[in-house]
Amino acid sequence: MKKLTAALLAALLLLLFAVPAFAEIEVEDESYYQKFKGQGISINVYNWGEYISDGAEEGTINVNKEFEDLTGIKVNYSTFASNEELYAKLKSGGANYDIIIPSDYMIGRMIKENMLEPLNFENIPAFKNISSQFVNPIYDPDNAYSVPYTWGTVGIIYNTTMVDGDVDSWDILWDARYMGDILMFANSRDAFAIAQKRLGYSFNTGNPDELEKAAESLKEQKPLVQAYVMDEIFDKMQAGEAALAPYYAGDAITMIADNPDLAFAVPREGTNRFVDAICIPKGSQQQEAAEMYINFLCEPEVGLANCEYIGYSTPNDAAMELLDDEMRNNPIAYPSEEVLQNTETFLSLDDDANKLMDKLWTDIMSTNEGTNQWLIPVFLVLCIVASITINVVRRIRKKRDSMY
Amino acid sequence: MKTKAASLPYAVWTFIFIVVPLAMVAYFAFIDEAGHFTLENVSSVGQYTPVLARSIWLAAIATVICLVIAYPLSYLLSRMHVGRQKVFLMLVMLPMWMNFLLRTYAWMTLLERNGLINRFFALFGLGPFEMINTQGAVVLGMVYNYLPFMILPLYSIMVKIDNRTIEAAQDLGANSYHVFSKVVLPLSVPGITTGITMVFVPAVSTFIISRMLGGGGNLLIGDLIDLQFLGNAYNPNLGAAISLVLMVLILLCMSIMNQFDNDEGMEGALL
Repeated sequence: MKKLTAALLAALLLLLFAVPAFAEIEVEDESYYQKFKGQGISINVYNWGEYISDGAEEGTINVNKEFEDLTGIKVNYSTFASNEELYAKLKSGGANYDIIIPSDYMIGRMIKENMLEPLNFENIPAFKNISSQFVNPIYDPDNAYSVPYTWGTVGIIYNTTMVDGDVDSWDILWDARYMGDILMFANSRDAFAIAQKRLGYSFNTGNPDELEKAAESLKEQKPLVQAYVMDEIFDKMQAGEAALAPYYAGDAITMIADNPDLAFAVPREGTNRFVDAICIPKGSQQQEAAEMYINFLCEPEVGLANCEYIGYSTPNDAAMELLDDEMRNNPIAYPSEEVLQNTETFLSLDDDANKLMDKLWTDIMSTNEGTNQWLIPVFLVLCIVASITINVVRRIRKKRDSMY
Repeated sequence: MKTKAASLPYAVWTFIFIVVPLAMVAYFAFIDEAGHFTLENVSSVGQYTPVLARSIWLAAIATVICLVIAYPLSYLLSRMHVGRQKVFLMLVMLPMWMNFLLRTYAWMTLLERNGLINRFFALFGLGPFEMINTQGAVVLGMVYNYLPFMILPLYSIMVKIDNRTIEAAQDLGANSYHVFSKVVLPLSVPGITTGITMVFVPAVSTFIISRMLGGGGNLLIGDLIDLQFLGNAYNPNLGAAISLVLMVLILLCMSIMNQFDNDEGMEGALL
């Protein structure tokens, strides 16, 4: 009986393994990908979390595994949580990546600081799939360093059961009626961008006056804000914890799918249109293999898989053609020309502006109660006094004890 | 000679992973971006005094609460049957098997406006209470996460208090107040000081608890340091300077604690 069970189990296991776990990907020119086969090469990819199709769901593809199978190049994949984290990691040295996917303003900053390797577009024939409106972007004017990966807009996601009327302006995030129901970005640049747009400024100027005014306005908003968060917006909005939050269009689609009470609007004052693009950092050891990886990501089917997995909009025309109609015509993911006209893309600010912004942000974040500025000095003095007293007492006691 | 050779690996380890990084923090605190000596970083830490004060204040509250909760608990634990002690000690340690972030995340779902606690109160027509995104929630997070660090040193000291000592005090006519204040408390002081240090130090420098439970609007010193490295401006020198100030503060607190320790140690020796 035992033997029979074992045999059955074995047969079951065999069956499980016999079913191919991956779907073949169709690529344009298979011979292109054969160059490094059998050479035991590996590349290090550094990407945002949850930002590539991983084949976890039935019928989707695991992009990295497909690439490994196709080219024989091993992919070491790791993730970061913010552009600033990526920047700090590269800046501190010691990290060795062949592929990174920063956002627009960070690419601009990295170009300025000579941290990126120019791409050899002869090795990336699939770049022709990228829509012309994303070629030569403002952050990389000659399109020498980056290949767009995803894009999207920032707007307001709101709970229709908690908000009356239409949402069409950033002003609603300053509306006292929604006190304690508003979430706000915990990232200084994003938070300032909203305040700047509301006041009618560009968010790419380092003008100290405008920054100060934006900071004033954020301070004004603070009593209304329930929490300053980033990824937690997902949970909080889906659970109905808050009424209003600024967030990215692609994630809004995901949230609305889970909670139909939610809706998304792009304010009329204009907003941020972000692009995340693939780059090769300076110091990459495997530039050609990395370019092969970039090319693979630009393949229509791969672009489609990633776009469907991430939920953000794709700059890849060929992938977009494969997209289902519902998604392609979704005004949240692919807003009308008129909305896009009114958007701006983050550019890197100069160091002074960055420093001022961080300083103002710290001020905003730390001025809710009037803590006495004498507290620390007094505390320090008290500590020292206590320390001395204990010593003195101890000495006296010692003397007294030695008398016996 | 032999013991010296045996301690060499530890000395090397300590040097490379503790002394060198500390020296680097101090070094970075006193240079500017170009690598020239400057006092600007350290002097500009002054503008963050409110943040520093709030961190110390919240950490101090959390430490006191931890002590108040942990002291009777540890005493009861140490007087239990040995087999039971092990079970209860295990229960104290159990939450620590889980990741720190997950535990804090769990508190988020509990405290939220539509969270479990508020839903429970709603059954009786109470609430909803504003619990998350307050300083109280931050203190709660600290107490919850660092309580084991207070219980363990207290327990390990109290286990060593011989029951006969207490009985002797009772025989000599001490009432329970005197037994506590003259025998148990003095003997447990080393545990108290260790516990306070072990709770206060991580609590004052925490950064994720305030962000998750405090709603990000209650910036603590840990968040501020985080902001210097992962914020917009990327200013590691200022970050190092703030870290340095924090370290000096902690060092000060610890030296005060140590003085208590020595004091009582001597008294114990005199007995």
